[in-house]
Amino acid sequence: MLSIKNIHANVEGKEILKGINLEIKAGEVHAIMGPNGSGKSTLASVLAGREEYEVTEGEVNFLNKDLLELSPEDRAREGLFLAFQYPVEIPGVSTTNFIKAAVNEKRKYQGLEPLDSVAFLKIMKEKMKLVEIDQSLLSRFINEGFSGGEKKRNEIFQMAMLEPKLAILDETDSGLDIDALRIVANGINKLHNPDRAVLVITHYQRLLDYIQPDFVHVLFNGRIVKSGTKELALELEEKGYDFITDEIDLTAQ
Amino acid sequence: MKEKQETLEQAVLNEYKYGFVTDIDTDTIPKGLNEEVIKLISHKKNEPEWMLEWRLKAYNYWLKLEEPTWPNVKYPKINYQDIIYYAAPKPKKQLNSLDEVDPELLSTFEKLGISISEQKRLSGVAVDVVMDSVSIATSFKQQLAEIGVIFCSITEAIQEHPELVKKYMGSVVPMTDNYFAALNSAVFTDGSFCYIPKGVRCPMELSTYFRINAENSGQFERTLIVAEDESYVSYLEGCTAPMRDENQLHAAVVELVAMEKAEIKYSTVQNWYPGDKEGKGGIYNFVTKRGICKGNHSKISWTQVETGSSITWKYPSVILKGDYSIGEFYSVAFTNNHQQADTGTKMMHLGKNTTSRIVAKGISAGFSQNSYRGLVRTSKQALNARNYSQCDSLLLGDKCGAHTFPYIEVKNKTAIVEHEATTSKIGEDQLFYCRQRGIDQEAAVALIVNGFAKEVMNQLPMEFAIEAQKLLAVSMEGSVG
Repeated sequence: MLSIKNIHANVEGKEILKGINLEIKAGEVHAIMGPNGSGKSTLASVLAGREEYEVTEGEVNFLNKDLLELSPEDRAREGLFLAFQYPVEIPGVSTTNFIKAAVNEKRKYQGLEPLDSVAFLKIMKEKMKLVEIDQSLLSRFINEGFSGGEKKRNEIFQMAMLEPKLAILDETDSGLDIDALRIVANGINKLHNPDRAVLVITHYQRLLDYIQPDFVHVLFNGRIVKSGTKELALELEEKGYDFITDEIDLTAQ
Repeated sequence: MKEKQETLEQAVLNEYKYGFVTDIDTDTIPKGLNEEVIKLISHKKNEPEWMLEWRLKAYNYWLKLEEPTWPNVKYPKINYQDIIYYAAPKPKKQLNSLDEVDPELLSTFEKLGISISEQKRLSGVAVDVVMDSVSIATSFKQQLAEIGVIFCSITEAIQEHPELVKKYMGSVVPMTDNYFAALNSAVFTDGSFCYIPKGVRCPMELSTYFRINAENSGQFERTLIVAEDESYVSYLEGCTAPMRDENQLHAAVVELVAMEKAEIKYSTVQNWYPGDKEGKGGIYNFVTKRGICKGNHSKISWTQVETGSSITWKYPSVILKGDYSIGEFYSVAFTNNHQQADTGTKMMHLGKNTTSRIVAKGISAGFSQNSYRGLVRTSKQALNARNYSQCDSLLLGDKCGAHTFPYIEVKNKTAIVEHEATTSKIGEDQLFYCRQRGIDQEAAVALIVNGFAKEVMNQLPMEFAIEAQKLLAVSMEGSVG
């Protein structure tokens, strides 16, 4: 589904990603872990198409298309979803209207008729249960005055509505208490199926107690330095990132 | 919603689409302004002597005035002798019914989305249509007359209801009020007149559609609305003009009178030709609008969506004379390319326990300049006067300007006056968030701007809210790189 080959990327002239390789197949859950500043969020932004990030080398194939050639909106319409670490507020735009606009843009791209209000509300009701989100939240302006937990839940709700092929969750667990974390993780698990893949970006292991990854990768200094199964995450939790970085230092010597 | 969204998308792709010219025989008088011209206008309109005297008095007063220079707008000096003050489409014959209106005119208004033929008229909306200097047609007149509502052109009102016109014309905006009001009083040509009798709730929206067609002409319309005790009326005006390289002057006067417990809701969707991308051409929209809440517990509410005109200079105001009266002003002013807008309101609190509310939203794009100018004044007698003002500016791009000039004069201790103002820019983060959800840049800007303007848009009558939203999208075309 997603094939990343030797991606290098700069932000303001500084190289952040220094050759990333990653293969994700349909149905798989991958976790990317790493210390602060290792390039985790940069990778998410590059995949979503943020213009401040300049890709200097490498290629990304997504569902047999050259991802880097697509505009951010077309990447979204092709089925790439990014749950933002810091979702922005848009005053005056209700959450419902925003999501409806997004859903119908995607349908238009797929050559489908836009959903009318009745059909849209019906789907919305179903998905609301999945992420235990309240109706009142959806009639408010998007993300405006939302608590941290509400923002993240809203991201997962949008993901449920848009049914992406690949969902990238950028530190979705940050700032969540344990109840919110459970709800968000449950939502993600319910949406997961053999046609879809998930890329979880996280600093801590705790989200992985709820979402079982098939593969865990450790990102350090712009490169994936170690890959493994979920045991790797547990090992990281126990020993901290130092054990990886020490290992790298040793190899370097 | 679905419909709204679609029209919005479609509209984003269009440019100013009302810029066509109707090829029709026009009865025009020579350029220039003097007493003879005013006599000629009065004669053409078949006016009684008192009206002509009023005009001449205004003209002579105007001669002594200087054009105001305090607005935050720049334009070359207007040569008032280079304007045609009367232009009227020539009627082919005397009209017996609306169906006999010249087909060329009918199709003009069909193109503008205004149906004036009896069969296809907008349900629930009575329309008075004014082209250049004359009213062409007024629909639903008969039905309205049955419940005592008078809705006709001001020309007709002067002839048919002189006592009402005499009593109220100039009572809210005196001919000596300001430069453009004096000019209008001297040369006004047509406009609408509405009279709602005591206790009547007008069952339909009344609206006037103004169209400038003739070249080198100015439009000077005058509208007067009187709502007697315990009556209600909702009125809407719309306007468009052809695209021309020369600037054209539009100087209107609107007066509203609300008696005890009466309510007037006045909405404007202003879409005069804004000029081209380089700032060439466009309408100078210099307008004086004022209402008086004369009776206790009366209410006047102005709502305006201003997207057109190369220069806008207007301050729809309310004189809160009656105790417990309410004045409201809701405004969205959008400027793009080289447009300039200096607009706002005046709320004059005279009565006790009067309340006013101002919500002004300015959106600037391109090289445009957008100013809010507002005055809130509470007199000594205005005990417990209450005002809330909110002025928000949204900037698209970094070559435009937003300015706020709030004036507050409080003359008694019991008044409570609040003013809030914000300025924001559409952020890259907001745009990227939308795009990541599959909403492209242009649609995202439309979504954000409509969100910004929503509080005001919600005040418009339903039928026109969609129209106004479309308009906003059209005006925004190409405003984000």
